[in-house]
Amino acid sequence: MADETMEEGGNPTGVVKKFMYVNRRAPYGTVYPLEGLEVVLIGAAFEQDVSMAFVDDGVYQLKKGQDTAETGMKNFSPAYRALEMYDVEKLYAEKESLEARGLTQDDLLVSVEVLSTAELTELMEQQDVILNY
Amino acid sequence: MALEINGKVIETDEEGYIQNLNDWSPEVAEKMAGEDGCELSDNHWEVINFLRNYYQEYQIAPAVRVLTKAIGKKLGPEKGNSKYLYELFPYGPAKQACKYAGLPKPTGCV
Repeated sequence: MADETMEEGGNPTGVVKKFMYVNRRAPYGTVYPLEGLEVVLIGAAFEQDVSMAFVDDGVYQLKKGQDTAETGMKNFSPAYRALEMYDVEKLYAEKESLEARGLTQDDLLVSVEVLSTAELTELMEQQDVILNY
Repeated sequence: MALEINGKVIETDEEGYIQNLNDWSPEVAEKMAGEDGCELSDNHWEVINFLRNYYQEYQIAPAVRVLTKAIGKKLGPEKGNSKYLYELFPYGPAKQACKYAGLPKPTGCV
């Protein structure tokens, strides 16, 4: 990308859209969760209304105490704690997905708003853009 | 590409970032800076050390906007601004300082 021209990101058009990134996969085994997180971190420069939803095995992405030593993959989970500094503050986890996996808020490394499937559906309907990872 | 420090060869990528983060030592930063014609002052080290701690904690190299904000919080507003950071690291504060700090290239533009 052209070097210094984009340093501040910003939003010259002033149009703010609602973007929701939906994370459905376990953190390792595919590259989607890491790539999706990078898109969020890069996209954060453009001052949009960004949220992330964690559903199905995607809730494992936020699990505390991940140890990837034996997989040879990098444990990127600490990066979720940096989201706040990127002004990505709306994090949602689906209640049913957490319950099915025996997880509660206490098991997660960031604080999230827990929503039922119905509540999350409603929130999705309000979005301009939904990206699935 | 590679750097040679005290007879040890350290692999870098095509943009000069080291490949294996464990290869880093302060001499690596000195050597990279020397090749860019830059001498590292205490002010440079302050940013480099800040980045190393940041990476340790979050496992990502911060975008320049986030770096600027975080430096401001930690070291005060006279240092947490683009002008100050660009004077130290004219090639782009995040990009150049991350390179010297032995971090991967930050995701983002500068």
